[in-house]
Amino acid sequence: MIRRSARILPLTVLLMLLAVTPAWAHAQKGAAAGFLNGLRHPVSGLDHVVAMIAVGLWGAQLGQPAIWVLPVTFPMVMALGGFFGLIGVPLLGVEIGVALSAVALGIMVATESRPRLVVAGLLVAVFAVFHGHAHGTELPEGQSGMLYSIGFVIATGCLHGVGILISLVHRWRAGRTAIRIAGAAITATGLYFLVGAF
Amino acid sequence: MRRLRLAALGALGLALLPSQAAAHLATTGLGPVYDGISHLLLSPDDLVPVIAMALLAGLNGSAAGRRALFTLPLAWIAGGLAGFSYGLQILPGALTAGSFLVLGALVASDRPLAPGLVTALATALGLLHGGLNGAGIAAAGREALALAGIGAAVFGIVALAAALVVSLRTGWQRVMIRVAGSWVAAIGLLMLGWALRARS
Repeated sequence: MIRRSARILPLTVLLMLLAVTPAWAHAQKGAAAGFLNGLRHPVSGLDHVVAMIAVGLWGAQLGQPAIWVLPVTFPMVMALGGFFGLIGVPLLGVEIGVALSAVALGIMVATESRPRLVVAGLLVAVFAVFHGHAHGTELPEGQSGMLYSIGFVIATGCLHGVGILISLVHRWRAGRTAIRIAGAAITATGLYFLVGAF
Repeated sequence: MRRLRLAALGALGLALLPSQAAAHLATTGLGPVYDGISHLLLSPDDLVPVIAMALLAGLNGSAAGRRALFTLPLAWIAGGLAGFSYGLQILPGALTAGSFLVLGALVASDRPLAPGLVTALATALGLLHGGLNGAGIAAAGREALALAGIGAAVFGIVALAAALVVSLRTGWQRVMIRVAGSWVAAIGLLMLGWALRARS
């Protein structure tokens, strides 16, 4: 019975794909482009990428509950930064703030710092505002703001996930050392962008 | 403090300015019911809040899940019929951003809610989004039967997503749901920003 269903299912899917359908009545202009741009945007800037991964790495180093508190806090506060940018609230030194986030978070990972959860959350939240302000408002004309936002938030969350996944090696001594070296590399990257920002 | 309150009130008022409803009802060629089903599945502005509502109901247990399962589609259809009949285009489009924000934040916080409150949220969500859908369908000159398709799709999604969340046992799995909630809230906040920017 199951084998028969397994044969019928692909055939049904194929027939559905081959069925002729009329064009959409209201094609949403720029919808796919908006989503893809949003998805691509966070991974297109190295300063943003390393800071996001550092959030995941540091959260995993700190263990429960920081491992999920930091990645839950970041997107919401980042969106707040994006919201401020969208409604025209100026934020001084955005690029410096983004570069500094990589420097500071990299140092936290490299030194395996263990501040109180509130302090760690606040540090991540402050930097998240800069990231949101810098990247949340750069939608090209004619594209869907909602789909851009969806892509942007998903990509950012996935970068945190990459950091957390990398941190699975934390259980081994060599892995812990490798994560700290990665933290130092993140700091170096941040410094490079910090110099460039001035 | 007073200025901050005034600014917040002003921003809210700006966001609540009326806007034309957009149903974006797709034409599948299979009739209005399938058009309604495809509308929900292809419209993130409706689909994401439905999923967020289902996640919230599931996090609050099977009783809340069962209530949302029936309340949300019924409220959606009722709101849709009202919107279709009376043309509720005066409803602000930015309110959909509010449903992302509120439901996402509630899922992310994972605070236990009374089943009555979950039901009230499901009713409000259904009436709001259904109303916008119904008004859009009427404005586009399409058939109200599409609302039946939307309602059926809402029922199916809530059944699957809420049941999945109710079945989760380990803490890690609930954390994943909370992370998803934070993403929804973040998207809602950005959408609100886009809505405000479009009006300025």
